[in-house]
Amino acid sequence: MLNMTPTVLKNLLQKSSTRMYPIEKREPFERYRGELFNNIDECIFCKKCQIKCPSQCITVTKDKESGTGTWICDPFACVYCSICVDACPTQSLYMKPVHRAPSAERDMMEQTGKIKLPKKKAKK
Amino acid sequence: MARTIIPFGPQHPVLPEPLHVKLVVEDEIVLEAIPALGYVHRGLEKLAEIRDYHQMIQVVERVCGICSNIHSMCYCQGIEEIMGIEVPRRAEYLRTIWSELHRMHSHLLWLGLFADAFGFEALFMQFWRIRERIMDINEATTGSRVITSVNIVGGVRQDLTPEMCSWILSEVDTAVKEIKEIQNTILNDYTVCARTKGVGVLTKEQAYDLGAAGPTLRGSGVASDMRLLKYAAFDKLDFEPIVEQDGDCYARSTVRFRETLQSAELVKQAIAGLPQGDLAAPCKGNPEGEIITRVEQPRGECLYYMKGSGKKFLDRVRIRTPTFANVPPLLAMLPNCELADVPVIILSIDPCISCTER
Ligand code: SF4
Ligand code: SF4
Repeated sequence: MLNMTPTVLKNLLQKSSTRMYPIEKREPFERYRGELFNNIDECIFCKKCQIKCPSQCITVTKDKESGTGTWICDPFACVYCSICVDACPTQSLYMKPVHRAPSAERDMMEQTGKIKLPKKKAKK
Repeated sequence: MARTIIPFGPQHPVLPEPLHVKLVVEDEIVLEAIPALGYVHRGLEKLAEIRDYHQMIQVVERVCGICSNIHSMCYCQGIEEIMGIEVPRRAEYLRTIWSELHRMHSHLLWLGLFADAFGFEALFMQFWRIRERIMDINEATTGSRVITSVNIVGGVRQDLTPEMCSWILSEVDTAVKEIKEIQNTILNDYTVCARTKGVGVLTKEQAYDLGAAGPTLRGSGVASDMRLLKYAAFDKLDFEPIVEQDGDCYARSTVRFRETLQSAELVKQAIAGLPQGDLAAPCKGNPEGEIITRVEQPRGECLYYMKGSGKKFLDRVRIRTPTFANVPPLLAMLPNCELADVPVIILSIDPCISCTER
């Protein structure tokens, strides 16, 4: 055990390597893939994210009659790979570098927005 | 004393893997070991029927948490070869950097667990503290600590900025300095040597005949390393496989210890030679044909067989992970050892059972 002595002494004199976690938090890294958000005003309900998502946790539906669309994501099935963020043509999806808050119930991320007309048609 | 059969695992306080071995024991000496696998079968290969070949990258990454990046790299290399995609040089270097970082943190994790297996918990904490530096690099550069999701068919998704490169170099240097500080403890300490030297000997012939892979094979004196196949950027990096002759637990841990330092060296070489260029080549169409690709994972050779028939979904994805190859050598090591040495011997092959059963 004598081989370990210098390391042990050094550890005693150094400041702690761990943090008092819930009180003291580390700043997240810029690229960290944390929580998924959808800026629903930008979303055109094109279903690209639904098609590309490897865990198939996004469902996009359009209701022509009322002119609204719904974007639903099951955060408990999401694996935070950010493939959908890369695929989204309007960049309405983004990831915040924070952890999702714990929750005792299974809640879905459900957002409803107006269907936008494709740009070409809107110009007419 | 008469013969007794002791069930070892699938849940065992010193073994983090659900491996079940029936040990035939007489007077605390193991006479025979009978393995039972299949406790964590997940059926990932079957998913190829309902996930297209791009989505399968995320699936194969989850075969193993520790070598996730190397799994997806192997898969992508196979698909690229079937489809004839030329990967940009920069992407190949980036893949190499991330895969070597993965090897480093995998070995550090193992060295810690190994120390823990023979009851040296202070050393376990030391190794895991160093590993944290590498995990931070992963998180800062790819976006996730464990499952990096950076490889895509044709290249990579993320780039390294020059600031990141210099930060990685300084972190890796610090990690190497810290590893060297505890080198004396893991390689020369009385307790460590007493628990590992001459324990679980696998001779060179046995290792070769039973088809051992990775550090288990190299610890027995066979210089075989899949990185010599020169995939990704390994054709431009200068390295030699690390070989030890004794074939016991001590030799295997020395191989892993030295490989950690070697990986740090390779990361530095790859960053020094990082060329400019695109991150990914465009990928059109669907794979048609079959292929076998091999890469060197921290635990040894990993083999992928893939078959595509011009459809979005692959016909077959077959994965042979290194632990699968290392189970027969393990069964050859166990007879005639003491019961107390069993956890150390099992850990010395670095078992990854969820990886074996996919
Ligand atoms: S890809 Fe983007 S724009 Fe299209 S449905 Fe998804 S979130 Fe909306
Ligand atoms: S982050 Fe990945 S798993 Fe989650 S919704 Fe997006 S594509 Fe699906």
